[in-house]
Amino acid sequence: MAYSHYLLVCGGTGCESSKADDIYCNLLNEVESAGLTGHVQVVKTGCFGFCEKGPIVKVLPDEAFYVEVKPEDAREIVQENVVKGRTVDRILYKEEESKQHARIDEISFYQKQFRIVLRNCGFIDPENIEEYIARDGYAALEKVLTEMSADDVIEELKKSGLRGRGGAGFPTWRKWSFSKDAEDDQKYVVCNADEGDPGAYMDRSVLEGDPHSVLEAMAIAGYTAGADRGFIYIRAEYPLAIRRLQKAIEQATELGLLGDNILGTDFSFSIEIRLGAGAFVCGEETALLASIEGERGMPRPRPPFPAAKGLWGKPTVINNVETWANIPVIITRGGDWFARIGTEKSTGTKVFALTGKVRNSGLVEVPMGTPLRDIVYSIGGGIANNKKFKAVQTGGPSGGVITADYIDTPIDYEHLQELGSIMGSGGMIIMDEDDCMVDVAKFYLEFTVEESCGKCAPCRVGGRKLYNILDKISKGQGKPEHIEQIQSIGTAMQRASLCGLGQTAPNPALSMIRYFREEIEAHITEQTCPAGVCKDLIQYFILPDKCIGCTLCARRCPVNVISGERKQPHEIDQSGCIKCGECFNACKFGAVVRR
Amino acid sequence: MAKMTLEDLRKLRKDKQQAMDMRSPDNKDVQVIVGMGTSGIAAGAKETLNAFIEELKSQGLSNVTVRQVGGLGLDHAEPTVEVRMPEMPTVIYGKVTATVARTIVRRHIMNKELVNEHVYDRPAADIVEGTE
Repeated sequence: MAYSHYLLVCGGTGCESSKADDIYCNLLNEVESAGLTGHVQVVKTGCFGFCEKGPIVKVLPDEAFYVEVKPEDAREIVQENVVKGRTVDRILYKEEESKQHARIDEISFYQKQFRIVLRNCGFIDPENIEEYIARDGYAALEKVLTEMSADDVIEELKKSGLRGRGGAGFPTWRKWSFSKDAEDDQKYVVCNADEGDPGAYMDRSVLEGDPHSVLEAMAIAGYTAGADRGFIYIRAEYPLAIRRLQKAIEQATELGLLGDNILGTDFSFSIEIRLGAGAFVCGEETALLASIEGERGMPRPRPPFPAAKGLWGKPTVINNVETWANIPVIITRGGDWFARIGTEKSTGTKVFALTGKVRNSGLVEVPMGTPLRDIVYSIGGGIANNKKFKAVQTGGPSGGVITADYIDTPIDYEHLQELGSIMGSGGMIIMDEDDCMVDVAKFYLEFTVEESCGKCAPCRVGGRKLYNILDKISKGQGKPEHIEQIQSIGTAMQRASLCGLGQTAPNPALSMIRYFREEIEAHITEQTCPAGVCKDLIQYFILPDKCIGCTLCARRCPVNVISGERKQPHEIDQSGCIKCGECFNACKFGAVVRR
Repeated sequence: MAKMTLEDLRKLRKDKQQAMDMRSPDNKDVQVIVGMGTSGIAAGAKETLNAFIEELKSQGLSNVTVRQVGGLGLDHAEPTVEVRMPEMPTVIYGKVTATVARTIVRRHIMNKELVNEHVYDRPAADIVEGTE
């Protein structure tokens, strides 16, 4: 029986937490009660990327794109769209600008995207290996096992120009060839799925939406380097990704695509999952390996690099999830094809988790070299609530900001580094005029101080010092010499810290000084916070000539410090004010001001 | 399922590929549009629709989208079907039973020849300038 309709329901963590599972079950029931079982296939896929509008249901072949779907909408989708062939306009996606309904291929969010890593996310059922196989899945492994030598694989990767997507951008082929050339009786392959940047969820989405692509790539690395065992290190707080990975490993093993004598050849490769406790430092490769070994997750000096001496002292190929997901495509379509995408030095695509004050939050994949403007405005739909774009933070706690002046910068490894930020794993947080840069830098420092393993002094002591200085500045106790202190401590940390965590921890603060010096100086010399975020530096007042005495602010105030008679100007008692901003947001007459 | 050999894997991929291609909105250059208004359904458009899907599958055609719409307006000729594809004029067929549907797939879509006995063109479309 062939299907006439396909109902794809997003089954990523984001949509799942807004009842996508109920939608899926309801759709199944509705299809059954409409007597359409066998005519309509309901598929729970991975993330569609357009998380802002989730949960999403796609209807093919009609290409209807339903957003913010509720479980009770299932009936209408089946009855109207499937049975009668009419779209349910009420929940059909509308473009923000034109207010017009858009078909999937017309939605501006997807226009400038190019999907390699996310090729199967939102299209196949990640829990069904046959769907992956139908999309050229395990064709790369087949090709490698039948036609290619280990050197051929490395040559192909070299041609592709693929660089590590986990942060530093080290050429992948070199990592692999070091491990291949290392002589040892045992070698390992490791997948770094310890995604920890605040606001980043690229890796989680790949694992949830297309787990087999990572398994296939790891097997290819095993074949190339001569390893027969692989580990996926993933944090326990990604339960859905873990479940789907486990299922994928079971299915692949059952079909003989993992395990002994894969596809009847003499190549054997098995994969195990290791759960991490969610320590940020374990995303650093040597700390991650220590954690797999059962040691405390702390980094060690490099060299020797893991490629030569990794897991249990054996040569280990370790790559990040997104890097892995690129490999099968490079093998099947060729390194030359891949190298034509993106820029000369940064080939291929990059997945970003677009979050913050942008209209369309979500998971986007664009060719390297795409201008930041396209990502923020064309894909992201611009800044929410018509505020002014201030900056974008890339690279999470290890990165920095890019300001409005540089919005036409092509996003690739080189340009980001030039601007004092990094690609990182792909978090992209958009900030508007209401975000205070001191507060942002303080937030990231607080995170890295918390996550520092404490092994080396530059990170342990330096991070804390930086945090304390930023804390003082945000409280109006800053001194002019603090700026210089941040720079000298930051530089010392960059040079002397043991691992990437400490080396990059000062970046948010340094980047803040580079681009927003005036804003910091306002905190220090004038004791004001221009964005109105730092609570110790702001006060709320009621303008007596504008206040009409509607009492709304007084009723909203959680600490009851606003007093005044009805129809008389009100007043805020500063001594008890907690500066929550409720009165400011509540006032309809612009009578409450922040200074 | 038992462990697969290379041949098994290739066979499985081939078997499943078509089903996935049918799902994918890419590379679809042929559209079959079935009028499924109340009168169409009463006249048997459901069977017509299913016949199209079955025949497309058994002929291994994955570049064809089958869509449902409301009635095309030619109620006397229900079930009605519109076929749009490159190198062929856009044609509306009428009185398309399941058997005719299979013929349309084989003759119109695969051999690019009109199924003359069932052509019911869009009313007056031929005399309106610029309409297909």
